[in-house]
Amino acid sequence: MRALGIDIGSRAIKLALLEDGRVLEERRVPTTFDPASQAADLMRGLRWDTIVATGYGRRLLVGPPGLRIITEIKACALGVAAALPAAKTILDIGGQDTKAIAVGDDGRVLRFEMNDRCAAGTGKFLEFMAAGLQVPVEEFGEFALEGRPGATISSMCTVFAETEAISLMAQGRKARDIALALHHSVVKRSLSMLARVGPEPPLAFCGGVALNACVRSLLQAEVGLPLLVPTRPEMMAARGAALAAAALRP
Amino acid sequence: MPAEAVDYRTMWADLGLDLEKHDMLLGVLGQAYETLFLSQKSRPKGMDYFNFVMSEVHGLRVKELRDAQAAGRKVLGAFCVFAPEEIVTAVDGILVGLCTGADFATEEVEKRIPRNTCALIKSAFGFTLGRVCPYIETVDMVVGENTCDGKKKAYETLGTILPNLYVMDLPQVKSANGRSLLRAEYERFLHAVEDLAGVKVTADRLRKGIRAVNAKRQALHRLARVRAADPAPISGLDALLVNQVAFYDDTARFTSSVNALCDELAARAARGEGVFAKGTPRILVSGCPMAVPNWKLPWIVEGAGAVIVGEESCVGERGARNLVKEDGADVGALLDNIVDRYLQVDCAVFTPNPDRLAHVKEMHTAYRADGVIHYCLHFCQPYLMESYPVAANLEAAGIPTLRIETDYGQEDGEQLRTRVEAFLERLR
Ligand code: SF4
Ligand code: SF4
Repeated sequence: MRALGIDIGSRAIKLALLEDGRVLEERRVPTTFDPASQAADLMRGLRWDTIVATGYGRRLLVGPPGLRIITEIKACALGVAAALPAAKTILDIGGQDTKAIAVGDDGRVLRFEMNDRCAAGTGKFLEFMAAGLQVPVEEFGEFALEGRPGATISSMCTVFAETEAISLMAQGRKARDIALALHHSVVKRSLSMLARVGPEPPLAFCGGVALNACVRSLLQAEVGLPLLVPTRPEMMAARGAALAAAALRP
Repeated sequence: MPAEAVDYRTMWADLGLDLEKHDMLLGVLGQAYETLFLSQKSRPKGMDYFNFVMSEVHGLRVKELRDAQAAGRKVLGAFCVFAPEEIVTAVDGILVGLCTGADFATEEVEKRIPRNTCALIKSAFGFTLGRVCPYIETVDMVVGENTCDGKKKAYETLGTILPNLYVMDLPQVKSANGRSLLRAEYERFLHAVEDLAGVKVTADRLRKGIRAVNAKRQALHRLARVRAADPAPISGLDALLVNQVAFYDDTARFTSSVNALCDELAARAARGEGVFAKGTPRILVSGCPMAVPNWKLPWIVEGAGAVIVGEESCVGERGARNLVKEDGADVGALLDNIVDRYLQVDCAVFTPNPDRLAHVKEMHTAYRADGVIHYCLHFCQPYLMESYPVAANLEAAGIPTLRIETDYGQEDGEQLRTRVEAFLERLR
């Protein structure tokens, strides 16, 4: 039996196709302003028996018969529980949202916290700041890792953080140092969210931002809990959706 | 709504409303009402009355108030459940709640009060400054109550815009001192109302006032109780609407309409009929008041497949739950009874406030809720501060709780929906 999970996120659309529990295929495209057709493109050529959609745009998918939807919070918990069964707490930082999730047996969501409408401390924030410092976002983490500590960005708001970054630049701070400070602010914010779900070890870190080496290392240093990062952290929700699909009757 | 509205244009113009903006407001309101309320499935017949009231909220009801004024009665407006309706009723006056559930004239508002003010307070200013609220323009007196710091300080500014603002002080601690403050303030209010109406309050008048308001509250208690049935015989949206209408409809007419609705709901429950399937997740909403037309959260919750079975809120059970004792030989004794009742309102401005948590738990059990959604307006310190210990306590007692912080804007709808859906996934 083939189960398809599709995660329509704010920045990227991801899918995972499972056959009898094995990952057969994983794909990913940018969301763009036309997520519905991007998703359709992404699914082209695939065959499946059951399908579950998740993510910010989970309602945009119309057509596939038997389509079910679940939230990215549940999907993420299911995906992580399969990839890292030991994980008790999850930090998921995606394109527009940060979530802290306490998970129980079999990926059951015990509690969760999620950021409010603003994109402070999310992938979008990093993307925005990387653009401001003229560094490709994929390299932003490595770039920041070479920064010297000492500079701080205290504002959580994207616009104010940029103002702070600009004034640090005016004080002659290096771009790398500022980048490090920006990464720090992302981690600080996630820590306070984590604290609210009562984090228990080990902690799994996933979502697109878990690909960022600097956020990973700062988090590891500050969280005080063993940190697990799945091999494809950005695929966790898509895989979780596929697992939910696998549990459905075709 | 718009069809009948045409007839009231002269009245609105007389009141000094900004007709153009007012048309806009009514348009939006009517639209929202249609999509949110009228589209619901298997609504009780008894809701027809409330639909009618809503359709006439700026029309017939305002005309009634103006007619009452022409006949010599006084009309007062209030922003909080601490304005004692019993006293107003005792001088044959009418007390209406002023709606504060939508943003209006935000730019004008932010010239006078900080942007970081809760939406409820901003809304009061918006409706005043935008000249779109026929109630504010109609009332002979607006009663402000010193509750949270935001309101307290806002009244200083609102007083410069509204010449008829009367501010009442309130205790923050339910001690003997707190009680005597409330007693003194209610007595001062009683005299202010006597002066306004030119009527002397007697024990008989006050007792009649108490009885009328008690009857209204009893009807609301009944409504709260019939919602305990599974399947729920009425949607949370409709029940919220009834609780909202309680603030401005004629007391006696409202009471009998709620009782009629309850008869129907009880019959439904007896037949095992409901608006949602049996076993639908049941949610208790607790927190900041939801004034008309703030329907965002209930709409999202019920759209996500749950049913709201109670509101621990001032527009809801916190505001309506206790009754005033009707015995007492003189005005002084009755006033004591009134003070006793109001002092039980467990608003978050009180410190400490353990009764509120106990009440949430009690409602959770009585209405067989599966989880609690704690609702807060941005920048509402009292309720936001309480949300942490309340949520922690509920979770510790095994009651799943979701904290929501939002305002009257619609931009966060999708994020709220995700949270609510994830919370429901947790309950299933
Ligand atoms: S929450 Fe407190 S201040 Fe607000 S209406 Fe209720 S009693 Fe009044
Ligand atoms: S108690 Fe909260 S919601 Fe009520 S007026 Fe004050 S800040 Fe606003």
